[in-house]
Amino acid sequence: MPEMVFLWTDILIFLLVALVLAFINYARKRPHLSRPWKQVFSSRIGISTLIILLFYIAIGLLDSVHYRPDVNDEKNKGADMLSTLDYILSDLRLNHEKTYSAPLATHLYARENVESDTGVTTREFPRLKYGGAHLDDPEKDYYLDLFEKTVIGILLGIAAWVIIVMLMVSWLAVNSHLAFTELISHIRHRKTEIPWRTAFITLLVISVIAGILYNLSQYYHVLGTDKVGEDVLYQALKSIRTGLLIGTLTTLVMLPAAILLGIMAGYFKGWIDDVIQYTYTTLNSIPGVLLIAAAILMMQIYMSNHEADFTSVTERADLRLLFLCLILGVTSWTGLCRLLRAETFKLSELDYVQASRSFGVGNFTIIFKHILPNVVHIVLITVVLDFSGLVLAEAVLSYVNIGVDPSTNSWGNMINSARLEMAREPIVWWSLTASLIFMFTLVLAANLFSDVVRDAFDPRLRSQS
Amino acid sequence: MTAYIIRRLLYALPILIGVNIFTFTLFFVVNSTDDMARMHLGVKRVTPEAVEHWKAERGYDRPLLINSEASGLDKITDTIFFQKSVNLFVFNFGQSDSGRDILYDISQRMWPSLAIAVPVLLVGLLVNITFALLIAFFRATYIDIWGVILCVVMMSISGLFYIIGGQFIAGKLLHLVPISGYETGWSAVKFLILPVIIGVIGGIGAGTRWYRTLFLEEINKDYVRTARAKGLAEQFILFRHVFKNALIPILTGVVVILPLLFMGSLITESFFGIPGLGSYTIDAINNQDFAIVRAMVFLGSVLYIIGLILTDISYTFVDPRVRLS
Repeated sequence: MPEMVFLWTDILIFLLVALVLAFINYARKRPHLSRPWKQVFSSRIGISTLIILLFYIAIGLLDSVHYRPDVNDEKNKGADMLSTLDYILSDLRLNHEKTYSAPLATHLYARENVESDTGVTTREFPRLKYGGAHLDDPEKDYYLDLFEKTVIGILLGIAAWVIIVMLMVSWLAVNSHLAFTELISHIRHRKTEIPWRTAFITLLVISVIAGILYNLSQYYHVLGTDKVGEDVLYQALKSIRTGLLIGTLTTLVMLPAAILLGIMAGYFKGWIDDVIQYTYTTLNSIPGVLLIAAAILMMQIYMSNHEADFTSVTERADLRLLFLCLILGVTSWTGLCRLLRAETFKLSELDYVQASRSFGVGNFTIIFKHILPNVVHIVLITVVLDFSGLVLAEAVLSYVNIGVDPSTNSWGNMINSARLEMAREPIVWWSLTASLIFMFTLVLAANLFSDVVRDAFDPRLRSQS
Repeated sequence: MTAYIIRRLLYALPILIGVNIFTFTLFFVVNSTDDMARMHLGVKRVTPEAVEHWKAERGYDRPLLINSEASGLDKITDTIFFQKSVNLFVFNFGQSDSGRDILYDISQRMWPSLAIAVPVLLVGLLVNITFALLIAFFRATYIDIWGVILCVVMMSISGLFYIIGGQFIAGKLLHLVPISGYETGWSAVKFLILPVIIGVIGGIGAGTRWYRTLFLEEINKDYVRTARAKGLAEQFILFRHVFKNALIPILTGVVVILPLLFMGSLITESFFGIPGLGSYTIDAINNQDFAIVRAMVFLGSVLYIIGLILTDISYTFVDPRVRLS
């Protein structure tokens, strides 16, 4: 049994999952919170984007369980820490080529001196060590093989999909007391409250893509390899965790401060309000990028002067990631704080708050019983709305070298290194494309999902429709 | 009005002091100047003399807050806090860690920044408002739905992609414009045209969607219903009544960012090699030039606060109902 390792971000991400589960449990019994969620789930865009997000989250969570590998094992050479995702993707992680190779290529992207049997040296593109290595004659068999592997991948995807759908439909059938076939016909004709048909179609698309990627990656580098020969698909998948972490942990770390200060300012008014307003105006007036840059520079100095404190590169990179989340949180809590202040201001003048105050209910009881439950929707909307912006911000910050550690897999770092590749002749486009597609899918899903959530929770919009 | 502006300026002072103390803490208290020197000179095998020399050269060899060796007023003025932080208030930014005069550099570099930021803002406003009006006119039709979806798709693409893609297509494939660089005078146009276009395209998604919300909010108001009841044509209502009223939030939103245009765009400028303040900041960050970063933090805060004051003033111009007191 390998030794488990808990990085700081791992602990926080599982804390976050626990919080979300607790919130779901809390919201289920409260109609003012569960009703908008029902509206989210009954929207077709809502459910399909949610499934895509869940898929990303699942990969991110798999990548958040770390263990120290057995160093004696040949396969774990040079790795001080691995995650379950690394374990699952062992082939992708270990099948290093020499340097660049194009997606699905069988040959290297650079010429090399190759000595033939007769002793004549020629410059040609050598075969890859792993990509398409099973082919005897790539020129003849390549396309047929590719076709065959893709079809098998599609079939695998469909098979997995059928199993999942069968399980889910049986579960639904048990819950809704409908016959299995009857339920299927309901789903097919969109007669269910939650649009399961859309959900299943989304699942089908995801599982087919996953099936193709899975089957092809057994034999090829589906998205090519980078400069040091690392598989680009592996990098892009590993980057998911970084993106999700930045998007969620930043909000998690800023929430306590924003909620506490926002409600205090709006509830107590007077000098407390003045002090809190002064604090957030001051922080807000510093341009975000510069604040982040200054803080990260200072942290770099601290880290380079206290090198002994960090036992491994991964832990160091992890702390830097956490610090980045913290400092991004510092720059982004002011908006939520201001919203909460205004809402609390309004709420504290309402009759029921005034009444409980005249009954002699303590301030803290009023805040926790009457104010906090009524601003939860604002917190929720902000959390969901901020997510996509933060994922995009990570890429920009990493590009400016004030983002995550260069050793961390992230889309920003991939784009950053791809900058030089675009100037290369012939150009290397796959690293850039891969990171952009992965990032785009996540951000688009998050944007569409947050629109649905906002429409469901924003009372003003609800009254209009 | 004058009294109001003066009062607002006085309100701004505590905020700037706060920013100042904050940056001072961040730059000099969290890490000592010795740490900074070692970082610059390379952490390993650095002699104490070299550190002292580095500090003396840049004026970091003074005590932090109180100089007990000096006499009289110098007790306070001959310190790092006074020299490096308080001096920012009179825009005396001093020298960068590489020995150049920061104020001179800023005054030189803000023009290229403005040459990109101003056209991007103006053209972007024009394009976004046009699209938003179009979508609002066809609200609740397929044009509206797909327009909004297109906006969300454009918002979801990283800004880096617009730049890299634009450079690749216009510069490398079509050879229309040089990929990066800058010249002074009118010949700068050929270097500016691509970044401006990309800046506008990159902003369409978020801008159009935001303005659409503003227009729709206005359309649902009572006076619009009255106008319809009077029998006015829909396009007349939209362009005359709704447009004018929605301009209030649009304009005040623009006024806030006007001063910050000086700061330039970090990413665009560094990608296109334009010697503006954005690339100045990036270079400073990469060279770990703390003096420049400190100066830019302060300058940014000043510009932001000016933006807030301008916004309040601009309300009185566009909306006569608002009176400042």
